[in-house]
Amino acid sequence: MSKWLNPRSAFGIALIAVALLGLPFVAAMGGQAWVRILDFAILYVFLALGLNIVVGFAGLLDLGYIAFYAVGAYTWALLASPHFGLHLPIWVILPIGAGLACFAGVLLGSPTLKLRGDYLAIVTLGFGEIVRIFMNNLNAPVNITNGPQGITLIDPVAFGDFRFSGTSQLFGLSVSGPIKYYYLLVALAILVIVINLRLQHSRIGRAWQAIREDEIAAKAVGINTRNIKLLAFAMGASFGGIAGGVFAAMQGFVSPESFSLMESIMILAMVVLGGMGHIPGVILGAVLLSILPEVLRYGVGPAQMALFGKMLVDPESLRMLVFGLALVLVMRFKPAGLWPSPERKRELQEAGQ
Amino acid sequence: MSEVLLKAEAVAKHFGGVKALQEVSLTIRRGEIYGLIGPNGAGKTTFFNCMTGLYVPDGGGFVFDGAPLIADAPHQAAERGIARTFQNIRLFGNMTALENVMVGRHVRTKAGVLGAMFQNAATKAEEVAIRQRASDLLHYVRIEERADDLAKNLSYGDQRRLEIARALATEPKLLCLDEPAAGMNATETAELRELIEGIRRDGTTILLIEHDVKLVMGLCDRVAVLDYGALVIEDVPAVVQKDQRVIEAYLGA
Ligand SMILES: Nc1ncnc2c1ncn2[C@@H]1O[C@H](COP(=O)(O)OP(=O)(O)OP(=O)(O)O)[C@@H](O)[C@H]1O
Ligand SMILES: [Mg+2]
Repeated sequence: MSKWLNPRSAFGIALIAVALLGLPFVAAMGGQAWVRILDFAILYVFLALGLNIVVGFAGLLDLGYIAFYAVGAYTWALLASPHFGLHLPIWVILPIGAGLACFAGVLLGSPTLKLRGDYLAIVTLGFGEIVRIFMNNLNAPVNITNGPQGITLIDPVAFGDFRFSGTSQLFGLSVSGPIKYYYLLVALAILVIVINLRLQHSRIGRAWQAIREDEIAAKAVGINTRNIKLLAFAMGASFGGIAGGVFAAMQGFVSPESFSLMESIMILAMVVLGGMGHIPGVILGAVLLSILPEVLRYGVGPAQMALFGKMLVDPESLRMLVFGLALVLVMRFKPAGLWPSPERKRELQEAGQ
Repeated sequence: MSEVLLKAEAVAKHFGGVKALQEVSLTIRRGEIYGLIGPNGAGKTTFFNCMTGLYVPDGGGFVFDGAPLIADAPHQAAERGIARTFQNIRLFGNMTALENVMVGRHVRTKAGVLGAMFQNAATKAEEVAIRQRASDLLHYVRIEERADDLAKNLSYGDQRRLEIARALATEPKLLCLDEPAAGMNATETAELRELIEGIRRDGTTILLIEHDVKLVMGLCDRVAVLDYGALVIEDVPAVVQKDQRVIEAYLGA
């Protein structure tokens, strides 16, 4: 506790708090689109930290994480839209979404957690695709998900009369929808950061690390490895479910397209690129990987015009090219991630000798 | 309380054509140091693995502390009170020495995810107790000054001690040591012997696999000899040492 009273860290925290509070207004100067990009960056921080529990803490390679996000998003979409004429409040939907995602996690985890490494990755990858295809095809014979068209006119997040969509007047300021969502997402992200930190240094967190280090030794000291792994899976899935719900509400629209394998890989890349298991690293990875492509989207077109006077390469392809190159370079020169935990960094250095 | 702590009844284990254990029956009494010896490949480690649930025996079973042991349930063996070390040390290499022992407390503590998230008083108190107990155990095996070093950076002898401390953290009734003196010099072996005697004095029964015959004969109350997966003899060291079959199979070699 005393470290919070340390004036330097208190000052640091105050500085971060002011920056976080002011950031959306700065972004808004460049247009609401930038605030929305910011919103997504923080949503990805939340998602990546959820996946970090599975991949970073418990060491289980999960390539289907987006499935749980999809479960949460569709739960919100079906329970708060004209599709079924249901408009349940947030404190009902969000727990249901998290609960269903958690259930899906246990459902996937219980038969597969005996598998290791590559095998688990393949099964989870398949699961992610199955969920997406389900969403795509559950429009007949009974129309549940409305198929590829997706579900529209989804209710925004609302607490009583206070809605997060549209502009409201708060404290004499006119605050746009994306800015309001920004604060909600920051609050959620702080929550998940605290949970991650606390889990990491707990009895369960140590058990996860022990399993990652040596599963046989972990069993021999009495850790029920199957249940403890399942716990990581279920927790990660629940966070995915919550993020999905907020995503559906924020977008007002969901369709299976948003839950492709590419998304799973993207979130995994955030965790790995940032520094697996190291919370600040994962946050950095999520922010960079969600903002960088957008910067490229807006940057490469004008840059080409300025340099060559014409469009040589389609900005969309170039964006993916630069993005891929950045990933390769990081993995080549910083294999432990951009901001690894001190131990992990040492591990890799020793392995490389 | 019965005098018998562990009874192995006709335990058998095959690997393809290799009969690693052939109907091995033996009895370990409470409070003794019991030696298990035999030439390389005799089946000693396999016996450990069957007992601790890492292998499922093909026949027979174990009765521990008055109730049968469930095969294929390593975490339950630990819960029942069987702890072990490994022939080729298995520590959590990238965790500190202290954390390794703290993991050993897992089975005797209960804080879950909710406790970790909300940090209630019970969870905090438990965490303090885990840390305290772990550091006491490091002191007990005399490596307290290495508490904050990563396990993989410890010297060989200290790693062996750390593995024992981690096993003791589970509060075992039976501590199984698989060749703890392997690779140790004379001084280290003498220190280890003291440690093992101390553990027994503090009330834990010990099952010891060891190649160092002098150590086994000097330390153990009773000794069993395995050869090609079969039990040759089970008796006090003085008798075992003089047994003709043992001399042929093992000591004479
Ligand atoms: N997992 C396994 N798969 C196949 N064969 C095995 C396995 N484990 C042990 N064996 C075989 O079973 C026999 C007994 O091996 P075990 O490791 O129990 O011997 P040991 O008495 O511990 O020998 P050492 O003194 O060398 O440690 C050996 O022939 C070994 O090759
Ligand atoms: Mg052996």
